[in-house]
Amino acid sequence: MLKVGIFSFAGCEGCVVEFVELLNDHQDWLKKIDFKYAKILKKSEDFTGLDVAFIEGAIVSEADVERIKKIRDSCKKLVCIGTCATMGQPAGQRNFFNDDLKKEVQFLVDRFHQLPKVLSVKEVVKVDAEVQGCPMNDDAFVKVLNGLLEEFK
Amino acid sequence: MHRDLDITIDGVSRIEGHASLELKVKQGVVEDLKLSVSEDKRFYTQAVRGKNALNLPNITSRICGTCSYAHLLCAIESVENALNVQPSEQTVILRKLAAYSMIIRDHAMHLYLFSLPDAFGKESVLEFSEEEMKWVNEGFRVKKAGNTLSTMIGGRAVHPTSLAVGGVASIPKKEDSARIIHDLKEVRPLVLKIIEFFYNSQFSLKQNTRYVSSMNDDFSYLGSSIIDSDGEVIQKSGFMDHFFRVVIPYSEAVGYELEGKDYVVGALSRMNLKKKSLHRDTLKDAASFLSVFPSNNIFHNNLAQAIELLHAVDSSIEILQMDFRLEERVEPVLKEGEGIGVVEAPRGLLYYHVKTGADGLIKDANLVIPTSQNQIRMQMDIKQLVEKLISEDKEKGVVEMEIEKLIRAYDPCMSCATHFLNVKWI
Repeated sequence: MLKVGIFSFAGCEGCVVEFVELLNDHQDWLKKIDFKYAKILKKSEDFTGLDVAFIEGAIVSEADVERIKKIRDSCKKLVCIGTCATMGQPAGQRNFFNDDLKKEVQFLVDRFHQLPKVLSVKEVVKVDAEVQGCPMNDDAFVKVLNGLLEEFK
Repeated sequence: MHRDLDITIDGVSRIEGHASLELKVKQGVVEDLKLSVSEDKRFYTQAVRGKNALNLPNITSRICGTCSYAHLLCAIESVENALNVQPSEQTVILRKLAAYSMIIRDHAMHLYLFSLPDAFGKESVLEFSEEEMKWVNEGFRVKKAGNTLSTMIGGRAVHPTSLAVGGVASIPKKEDSARIIHDLKEVRPLVLKIIEFFYNSQFSLKQNTRYVSSMNDDFSYLGSSIIDSDGEVIQKSGFMDHFFRVVIPYSEAVGYELEGKDYVVGALSRMNLKKKSLHRDTLKDAASFLSVFPSNNIFHNNLAQAIELLHAVDSSIEILQMDFRLEERVEPVLKEGEGIGVVEAPRGLLYYHVKTGADGLIKDANLVIPTSQNQIRMQMDIKQLVEKLISEDKEKGVVEMEIEKLIRAYDPCMSCATHFLNVKWI
């Protein structure tokens, strides 16, 4: 069984919803994959010893940076899904704010310990594969997942 | 028995998004309870300013991957009202169909994947027995019918591409409609089964609150005015005079009160307030289950969702039998204006208020999200539940599980609200 973790950072969680939609046609995944960490499906705490970590969402806070580094250390392959994880957008729209808008949100950026600039995952840790799209492209994801199922057989 | 207890739940599972809870109980009394949305803020209210109004639907759709259709439709309505764009009758019907497809997908996901494990006393569907798994397989079939419908009408299931200000980019083809009607008729008996299943559920938590829903005569998810449980009609233009924003400092989402008091939106509210306008086939086949409403048991939210699932299936079948013709899009003219959109998202009332400048750029946008509106009541319900469980001397693990169950009954959506739950017992 492929030991998988699915992690959400800043974003709309549409890529995970897209994944749940894909289960409609791929219920065999529930037998081939050991969902060690997947909050959408179960209570999840421990994410050590993963084969693959799927990451959706952008890195916006100091806590996010710490968490993604821990995930990187506990998985063999790290795969980013969707444009928030791969490009930091659209979750990172504030990177493009003008000075007035920046000033307006600064107290919230400070209150919730957000970073000066929203980052894509590869700006923080090494990434092994990316599935682009907003939401992620279904066919590309299926191809990556099938490749991983084969690789870790 | 009087007890002290500290609980921290960091990341409630089987909900959409991230929520946490910190709870301190001293001598059987809840001393401190902080239910917080812990999704990272993404500053949509600011990000849309200065953007072309016609792009607003595609931007705010990204607030939520679960109910992107609701955000998109609400943004469209608000912008059309600001620019005085009058969509055709056919466009409105097709938007209703798009919203029904969202309800089928979203309620099916919540009921079969998130709520069923609570009903079977399991942690997740991944631990289901073969017998229990049959329910999940049925759920996937129902969800798939909704997905096919969404894909046909919206281009795809998440962040649809073919619904826009002024019109729709494609109309259902006869052969596609026939195929989807066939799929929907095939899953309809499964939906009746899941209604009966949740009708027989014994979970109960009685609330003393007000139920709020938008009003219309066909139980579609595009609303006109707003109504509350006391029969008071609030026009959508007067929304901000009645519903007040409450800042919750420890949460990344704001809360709302109606005239100084908590209230609840969502499937339970809709069923309590307008069950009479359900589709006639739903009224006929779900008659014996509808007598439950009006109900003040929040767990009946799941039964209400299941009945809505049937209503969405029946209404979609009816719409798909209509004849459609390709129409020219009503070409929007950019201008200064102000517009309101009201849509019933799966989790309840969604409200957009936008202002555009003469250049057609968004000057200001105010978005009121269902989960934000439910946040205050949810916290009150948790307090009531915890004090009851402590008085019954229940163990910490049981208390935690029951809190999560209650939160899930609301079907909260945290991505939207930050625009929610780690439980921390402090």
